[in-house]
Amino acid sequence: MSSTLLTHHHSHAHSPIHRLPAALKLGAALILIVGTVLMPPDQIVWFISVLALLLAVLILSQLPLMFFLKRLLLLSPFVLGVALVNAWQPQNHVRWQVIALKSSLCLATVILVSNTTPFSKMLGALQRARVPALLITTMMLMHRYLFVLVEESERMRRARLSRTFTRGGRFQWRSLSTVIGQLFVRASERAERIYDAMCSRGWK
Amino acid sequence: MHIPDGIIDGKTAATAAGLSMIGVGWALRRVKRELPPRKIPLLGLAAAFLFAAQMVNFPIAAGTSGHLIGGTLIAALLGPSAAVVVVTTVLIVQCFLFADGGVMALGANIFNMAILGSVGGYAVFRVTNSLLAGSRGRITAIAFAAWCSVVFAAISCAGQLAWSGTVSWRAAFPAMAGTHMIIGLGEGLISALVFIAIQRTRPEMIVDDTQPRRARELVVFGMVATLGIALFIAPFACPWPDGLESVAAKLGFESQAVANSAFAPLPDYQLPGMHWAIGATALAGVIGSLVVFILAMLLGWLLAPKKSGIKGNA
Repeated sequence: MSSTLLTHHHSHAHSPIHRLPAALKLGAALILIVGTVLMPPDQIVWFISVLALLLAVLILSQLPLMFFLKRLLLLSPFVLGVALVNAWQPQNHVRWQVIALKSSLCLATVILVSNTTPFSKMLGALQRARVPALLITTMMLMHRYLFVLVEESERMRRARLSRTFTRGGRFQWRSLSTVIGQLFVRASERAERIYDAMCSRGWK
Repeated sequence: MHIPDGIIDGKTAATAAGLSMIGVGWALRRVKRELPPRKIPLLGLAAAFLFAAQMVNFPIAAGTSGHLIGGTLIAALLGPSAAVVVVTTVLIVQCFLFADGGVMALGANIFNMAILGSVGGYAVFRVTNSLLAGSRGRITAIAFAAWCSVVFAAISCAGQLAWSGTVSWRAAFPAMAGTHMIIGLGEGLISALVFIAIQRTRPEMIVDDTQPRRARELVVFGMVATLGIALFIAPFACPWPDGLESVAAKLGFESQAVANSAFAPLPDYQLPGMHWAIGATALAGVIGSLVVFILAMLLGWLLAPKKSGIKGNA
């Protein structure tokens, strides 16, 4: 699942929605999500207006429709599971239709924001919202090296595949674990080099 | 186990967010004080590592696959406070970058996976490790702790669902705990194998943290976790299966109760097996924990590096 998520990201495209300030989009998304979650299910007006707003944003942002729908479906197994369990429940629990509607709306909101806002801009907005600096630095580094490490593990996987013919389960688990272990070793060595590089560029 | 938005209600989300803020705030403070500046970038890289490692799929029977979750592994490698920061970072990035896990449910996800999962797993790791000496004991400890951390997080998630009124505790607890007791087996095995792999190639990377200093670190996390358990789980966990109902059944009130709630299409206690599901799951949990512990010991016995090996560190 995650690999398809990684490769298709539209946060750097150009559209009126992309150009809006990140803090505004994050704030609006937060209000929409909190409002949608807390709203009693009989407030149809709210849900319809949120839906209309999201549709307008979707059209203005020029995101590919299929991409958007695929993301929406890909991320909903939890909702489906809860809905399924809930369909078997007595009446005094929240109706599954309500849950499905609410979480789809929230999910659509986050997908729209995350695909129209570069992550660095989002971090800037979080920084201004007084999120602790250490957490911001960690997120920044994670975002920067996420793709590097994913590629590195992909390279290791290819190297392993080109050297092994065995496809036995037990052996495979062991070699896959070695790959992950090696990935950790390489990540920590890289962290040391990054620290040196940061210091030589005047990081306090 | 990433809870999306719209599944848990406002009070649960707010409570979990409050608890998570205390926990993560404490973790950040500890990390700032304890971690040498050289290690600061390691937090970000460890978070990126965890994300990349979660994409490595392990084949399970019949074409399905599973992956590492990793909170306990990170806690065993870097310590509990660093693990809370790392797992929290992963969850925030997954939430904002990939829309995986809700924004309003972020606090709940952080509480379940970063605080209860990682720190709970680490506590189990330390206790087990102190009971069983040597590298065998350590492998046993990490496998068992990783299993526990997954189960802890799942039970807390079930509690939050029940407290929100989304799914009843009777349905959520067996479903979540049951499936994650199986998922946890994979997590325990992978964590142990990865730990051994790192120990084999880079034994110096594994800190021998037997110093009691770390134990004090756990007190605040322990308080946050206990408070969360008291709020999310305790209200549901007491009846076994349900004190009042079993008495009612004995006295023959059950049929009357069923008649009274006939308007509900499928009342809880008419579902076959649901009545005993919680008790059965709790019992299975106790037996399961014992079985998993024995399996973990077997794993440690099988996989521990031999004394004559490359690095025979105890």
